[in-house]
Amino acid sequence: MANTLFDKIWDAHVVNSIEGGPTQLYIDRHYCHEVTSPQAFDGLRNRGLKVFRPEKTICSPDHNIPTMNQDKPIADPVSRNQVETLTRNATDFGLTLYGLGHKKNGIIHVIGPENGLTLPGYTIVCGDSHTSTHGAFGAVAFGIGTSEVEMVLASQCILQPKPKTMRINVNGKLREGVTAKDIALYIIAQMTTGGATGYFVEYAGEAIRNLSMEERMTVCNLSIEMGARGGMIAPDETTFEYCKGREFAPKGEEWEKAVAYWSTLKSDDDAVFDKEIDFDAADIEPRITFGTNPGMGIGISEAIPAPDPNDEAGKISYDKSLEYMGFEVGQKLEGYPIDYVFLGSCTNGRIEDFRAFASFVKGKKKADNITAWLVPGSWMVTDQIKAEGLDKILEEAGFELRQPGCSACLAMNEDKVPAGKIAVSTSNRNFEGRQGPGSRTILAGPLVAAATAVTGVLTDPRKF
Amino acid sequence: MKEKFSVITSTCVPLPMENVDTDQIIPARFLKATSREGFGENLFRDWRYDKDGNLIKDFVLNDPTYSGCVLVAGKNFGSGSSREHAAWAIADYGFRVVVSSFFADIHKNNELNNFVLPVVVSEEFLAQLFASIEADPKTEVKVDLPEQTITNLATGATESFEINPYKKHCLMNALDDIEFLLSKKDDIEAWENK
Repeated sequence: MANTLFDKIWDAHVVNSIEGGPTQLYIDRHYCHEVTSPQAFDGLRNRGLKVFRPEKTICSPDHNIPTMNQDKPIADPVSRNQVETLTRNATDFGLTLYGLGHKKNGIIHVIGPENGLTLPGYTIVCGDSHTSTHGAFGAVAFGIGTSEVEMVLASQCILQPKPKTMRINVNGKLREGVTAKDIALYIIAQMTTGGATGYFVEYAGEAIRNLSMEERMTVCNLSIEMGARGGMIAPDETTFEYCKGREFAPKGEEWEKAVAYWSTLKSDDDAVFDKEIDFDAADIEPRITFGTNPGMGIGISEAIPAPDPNDEAGKISYDKSLEYMGFEVGQKLEGYPIDYVFLGSCTNGRIEDFRAFASFVKGKKKADNITAWLVPGSWMVTDQIKAEGLDKILEEAGFELRQPGCSACLAMNEDKVPAGKIAVSTSNRNFEGRQGPGSRTILAGPLVAAATAVTGVLTDPRKF
Repeated sequence: MKEKFSVITSTCVPLPMENVDTDQIIPARFLKATSREGFGENLFRDWRYDKDGNLIKDFVLNDPTYSGCVLVAGKNFGSGSSREHAAWAIADYGFRVVVSSFFADIHKNNELNNFVLPVVVSEEFLAQLFASIEADPKTEVKVDLPEQTITNLATGATESFEINPYKKHCLMNALDDIEFLLSKKDDIEAWENK
C-alpha cells in the first residue's frame, strides 16, 4: 500500500492501538524546558515513579533566562526558581541538562538539531508547540501539554489520536529578497490560523526542496500557527549533509546504515493525502502581519484587507484585533514608524538569520528611534557569528549581540516591549500582549527586520 | 480537578470571540509557577484587568449577569501555545465544560487531561446558543457525557458530540493516561526489543 512519509514514521512507532481511541506511540526524543515541566516531575514524585528512559530526554532552560549577564543570578526570583527547579529535576531524575552557562545551552529547538539530537525518522515531543521545528529533518515532531510530558517521562510513550495528513506544495522558484519566513507567513495567511487544525502537514515542491536546513526549520516551526499538529519535510542530501558529523549523529558504519534507512523516508509516489494544496512560489513577496494572530498577514506592499462581510462572528474578532493594533482597513503599513526590532527565537534565531541580517546592515547604521534586540538561538550560534566576524559587522552598524534564549518572543524575561510600542519581530506570534502587556507585534522575516532597523520605519528590503 | 464526569446542567458564560489563543487564556508572565494550583486567578488576565490592576467591568467574567461552569466560546478556541496552564486556569476557575465549534488540537487534549470536557458543536448550534444567552443570561445547557449530547434548554435544540470511547471512559471514571501507560510496560519493552 502506498504510504505518506508521516504514516511511515508514525506506524513504525505504534506500540498499541486502542480500539476507538488514541494510539500509544513510542517517543525517540523528548526535549524539556523549565516552564512546562515542573508539574510533570512533581507528578512522578507523587506517584513514586522514576523516568523510564532517562537517556532519551534532554533538558535546557530557555524561556525565562535573561539575555544579559547570564553569569549572574537571575534577578527575578520567580524565574530563578523555575530555572533552578529544572536543574533539580534533571539532577534528581538523572537527565542530561544543558543549564544556564553551559556551552550547549540555548533554545531547545535550536540546540537539538545542532547537536545531532534530532534525526530523520524520529518521533520527537516537547512541552512546547514549536516542536514542529524538528519536522524539517523528516521527523514526526509535535508539541504536547504537561500531563503528556509526564506520560513520556513515565513511559517513553504518549497517547495521541492519529491526525489526518495534508501535503502543501510550494512550486517553482522564490523571488529575490523572499525568505523561508515569508513562505510560512504566506501559507498561514492563505490557510488561516486554524486552517490546518487536525492535520499533520508535509511540505513539498521545488521551493521547499531548495531550502537549506535552517530555512526548512523556519517553515516547519510555524506549522502550529495554522493549527497543524506538526509539519515535516522528507529528508534528502541537504538533511544528511547537515546531520553528518554532529556530536550525537551516528558515525562510521552506523552512519551508512542510518542514511540507507533515511533515504526510504519519503511519501510514495501514489500516496494519497487527506488534503493537498498547491502554492506558487512566485506569488510570495516579503510578508508582514497586521493583526493579532499569525494568519492576519499581507505582502509588505499590500493594504490591510476588509474582513469577510459574510462572517459576522469573525468580524467581531477582526475589528477587535485592528483596534488593538491601532490600524485601519485599507491602510498600508510600509513606512509605518517602528520602535523595536527583535531578531531571534526558535523561528529565526539560527546562523543563517544572523547572516541575512548582518549582510543587510553591513555598512549602514541602526536608526536612532529603534531599540534592537539581537538574540542568537544558542551559544553555538553565537560562536558561529563570532567565527564569521558577523559580530563586528553588527557592532559597526550600531547593533549589540545579546546572550541566547527565547527572549522577547514571549517576554518571560526582562526583554519586554512596553505597552503601546510596536515591534517588528522575527518570532512566531503576534498575539495581544505576547511581547509584553499592551505591546504590538508585526511578524516578519530577518530581511524586513534588518531593513526596518536601519530606516526606523517598516521597510521593504528589496528597495535597497 | 480529578472528578468523575456524567451529566452537567448549568448556565453559561459567553465569549463570542474567535481564535482565542492560550496567551489570552493565561499570559506568559503567569507561567512561572511550579505547581498546578491558583491559575484561575489569572484566567483571561489582560481582558479581566487593566494595566493598573482594575477590573474591566464589561468583560464577561466580571459581569455578574453571567455565571455557571460552562464556557461558550467562538471557533478555534485555545490556539497557539501548548501551555497546559491554560487548561489548569479554566479548570481552576471552575469551568467543567467548554463549548465551541472548533478547538485547537493541543489545547483540546490538555482540557481532556484535566477533566474539562471540550464539546464541539455545529456553527448553527453555537450561534443559536449565543443568541439564547444574549436574550436570557440564565439560559442553561445540559451536557450529557454518557449519551454524548448537548441541549440548549432555552430552545430544546439538541446535538450529539464526538469523544473517543477511551477518553469518555477516563472522564466518567476519573482515570488518567499515566495509569493506562504504566499498565503497558511489557508492551513498551517488547516494542523496544523488536
